[in-house]
Amino acid sequence: MSVWVDKFDVFAGGFWLTLQICVLAAIGALVLGAVVAVLRISPVPPLRALGTAYVTIFRNMPLTVVMFFSAFALPALGSNADFLRIPGLELVFTRLGTDLPYFRFALIALTLYTAAFVCEALRAGINAVSPGQAEAARSLGLTFTQNLRYVVLPQSWKASIVPLGSVIIAMIKNSALIGFFGVVGDLSQSADQLTSAEGYAFIPVAIGISIGYLIMTVPLGALLDRIERRQAVAAR
Amino acid sequence: MRFTRAAVVATAAALTLGLTACGGDKTESGGTGTAKSFAAGSTMEKLNKAQAIKVGTKFDQPGFGLKGLSGKPEGFDVEVAKIIVKELGIPTDKIEFVETTSKIREDAIVNNNVDFIVATYTINDKRKERIAFAGPYYEAGQNILVKADDATITGPDAFKAGDKKVCSVTGSTPAENIKTYVKDVATQLVLFDTYDKCISALDGGQVNAVTTDNVILLGYVAKNEGKYKLAGDNFTKEPYGIGVKIDDKDFRSFINDTLEKAYKDGSWKKAWDDTAGKFGAELGSAPAVNRY
Repeated sequence: MSVWVDKFDVFAGGFWLTLQICVLAAIGALVLGAVVAVLRISPVPPLRALGTAYVTIFRNMPLTVVMFFSAFALPALGSNADFLRIPGLELVFTRLGTDLPYFRFALIALTLYTAAFVCEALRAGINAVSPGQAEAARSLGLTFTQNLRYVVLPQSWKASIVPLGSVIIAMIKNSALIGFFGVVGDLSQSADQLTSAEGYAFIPVAIGISIGYLIMTVPLGALLDRIERRQAVAAR
Repeated sequence: MRFTRAAVVATAAALTLGLTACGGDKTESGGTGTAKSFAAGSTMEKLNKAQAIKVGTKFDQPGFGLKGLSGKPEGFDVEVAKIIVKELGIPTDKIEFVETTSKIREDAIVNNNVDFIVATYTINDKRKERIAFAGPYYEAGQNILVKADDATITGPDAFKAGDKKVCSVTGSTPAENIKTYVKDVATQLVLFDTYDKCISALDGGQVNAVTTDNVILLGYVAKNEGKYKLAGDNFTKEPYGIGVKIDDKDFRSFINDTLEKAYKDGSWKKAWDDTAGKFGAELGSAPAVNRY
C-alpha cells in the first residue's frame, strides 16, 4: 500500500487533470444538450429532425468510437481543435492551450457524447410538465421561447435534475477512457503508468484511482439525493 | 426435465467430438518428452514430471511474440521459451502460451498464472522487488523514429528545447525514460496504447517523433520503406530478461545455464535469424547472463 504515499503526487495530478476535463466537458455537455433538447421539441420540423438525428447518432455510438473519430479523424481533416484555445480559460485549464491537441480532442468527444444523454434527460423533464401548462401559456399569447423560458423549463428543471446528475456521474467515469487516446496524466492513465512501467502491484493502484473517482462522484450523488428529498417535500 | 438432461448430454457429446476434431490436425510435434533427472523438489523436476508448462509472452509484439493467423504466438521470445522448455525435457507442443501484457507481468508470476515469462521484459530494480530475472538473453536499446526528411531531431536532446513532441506507449519503460529528456510532459509527450496510433499521430503531424526500443521501431522502418528513419544511436540499454518467481534460485540458474548453452550451440542465433532478425535489427554478441 506504500504506493499511495510514495506516489501521492501522481494520484493528485491525475485527479486534478480528470477533474479539469470533467468540469469542462460537463459545462459543454449541459450547454450543447440544452440546445439539442430545444431543437427536439421545436415546432419547426427540420430543426426537430436535426435534434433527433444528433441524439440517434451520439447516443447509439460507443464512446470509444466517438473518441477514435475525434482523435484520429479530426487531424485527418486538418483540424487540431484550436478553436478550444479560449483565451483566459486556458490559464486555469492549462491543457487547453498546449500544442498537443489530444486533451481538446478528448474534450470534444466527451462533450458530444454526453450532450445526447443530457438532451434526453432534459426532454424527459419537459415531458413531465403537464401539457396543460404549455397550452395555457400559449393561449395567453406567449411565444415558443417565452413559453419555454417562463413556464415549461422552470418546472421541468425539477424533474430533470436527478437524471442529469446521473448523466454527469456516468460522464466522470467515462472520462477514464481519455488516457487511451493520447491524454497523459489523468487518473486511469496514471494507474497504467504506475503498474506497468514502474511495477507497482495492480490492486493497490486500482484502489487508489477508484478513491480518486469516488471523491468526484460521491459528493455529486449526495447532492442529488438532497435535491431529490427537497423536491419530494415541495411536491407535496 | 428429462428433455433438458438429454440436451445437455447431446451438447457435451458434440463438444467432445468438436474437441477431438480440433486436436486431430496437429502437424508439428515438438519431440517426445524425456524423463530427465533434476534435483528432487525443484521446479524443474515438478515441470518435467507434469509434462506441461505455462509460458507468458506478448501476443502483439512483431518479431518477439505475435499471435497471427496460425493461432500460435511467433517470435524471438517464443523461440527462446522453446529452447528452455526443450531443456526441461518437455515437448514444445505441450507449452501453453499465456498472454502477459506489460501491465500484468509481475502479477502473473506472483499469482502462479505462468511458470516463467519471456515478453520483451526489461530487467530493472523496481521489478526485481517482486520477481527475479534470468538472463538477459538480448540487449535492446531505446531509439527515436522520425520522418525520413526530418533533420531537426538527431537524438533525445532535441526534446529539451520544449518545441518537439514525442509519442510512446502508455506504461512502457521507454515512455518513462523519455520523460527525463522532455522539458514539459504536458505539452510534449503523447501516450497511446499501441504503437500504430503513435505512427498515425506522426503521419498526421501531431507529434514529431515516436520513441521506444530499437527493434520495434525497425519493424516500422522495414514495413514502410523510405518513409521513416531512426534518429541517431540507441540512448539506453534495455536488457531483456526472463521473469521467474523471486525465491526460485534453482530454476533461475537452470535457465541461465540453458541460455549459455544456447549461445554456444547456435540455437540462440538461429532463433533470432528466424524471427526479429528479419527486420534488419542487429543481434550483437551474446549478453553475459547476470547471476545475482
